[in-house]
Amino acid sequence: MIDILLSFLILTGAIFTFIGSLGLARLRDFYSRLHGPTKATTLGVGCLLIASAVYFSVRDEGISLHEVLVTLFLFITAPVSAHLLGKAALHLKVKSLAATPEQENDTPPSPGQVFRPTVHD
Amino acid sequence: MRRFLPHPLLTLTLIILWLLLVNQLSAGHLVLGALLGWLIPFATSGFWPEAIRIRHPLTLLHYLVIFLYDIVRGSFHVAYLILLGPARLRPAFVQVPVALKTELAISLLANTISLTPGTVSVLLSEDKRTLIVHTLDTDDAEAVVADIKQRYEAPLKKIFEEGVE
Repeated sequence: MIDILLSFLILTGAIFTFIGSLGLARLRDFYSRLHGPTKATTLGVGCLLIASAVYFSVRDEGISLHEVLVTLFLFITAPVSAHLLGKAALHLKVKSLAATPEQENDTPPSPGQVFRPTVHD
Repeated sequence: MRRFLPHPLLTLTLIILWLLLVNQLSAGHLVLGALLGWLIPFATSGFWPEAIRIRHPLTLLHYLVIFLYDIVRGSFHVAYLILLGPARLRPAFVQVPVALKTELAISLLANTISLTPGTVSVLLSEDKRTLIVHTLDTDDAEAVVADIKQRYEAPLKKIFEEGVE
């Protein structure tokens, strides 16, 4: 019974991690590619970690909660790295399929706000 | 009390973190964790000018449930969009006005946005009033903004900022 649960979790995790990576290859601009690693991969790794926690709790006596920490740190760091990548990309005028904030904005940007024009495909 | 234990919440978090790190519950590690939990906030209190106060623990719990549910929902949504093919996606940048004041609440909001369906926060304006969010597929930017404000910002405001100002 545990084996079925574990294989289900590992398979789900692997599939989501794969789809997240697939997103990197398939999506068409830098900003869209940020979405794959922050979401699909998070759930994928989450499933693998739950599987790991269950396995080691069942195999050895006592519960194993290392994995909760890994999940927690992943949830904290993944959005931060995505945010910094996005910020750097806006700054460097990386090509975007969507109108960047400056072009979309009707009101003038607030003082000190840095938006650079973006070259469109 | 405040001088010797500047951040009780942080201390508690660090003790729990320590016990999870060593992956066992024993009196010795509890004492060591308590020592670290006291020492670290004490030594780094320069980085924490204000103590974090949670005003509505139940709302926080409710928020966490919504958050976890939305991570799962967001993962399925993005996976679906990736498999469906990127050609029909309508990505957009959306400006979300931020009503939150404290930095912790703003960063939590940005983190939540990045982990939930179809949105990644990419830039916070320098006056901390506007968050630029990239959405993977939308045709209604206003709905995205309303959703973020109502679903995530309102509870965060209640948890961390009720009664401030």
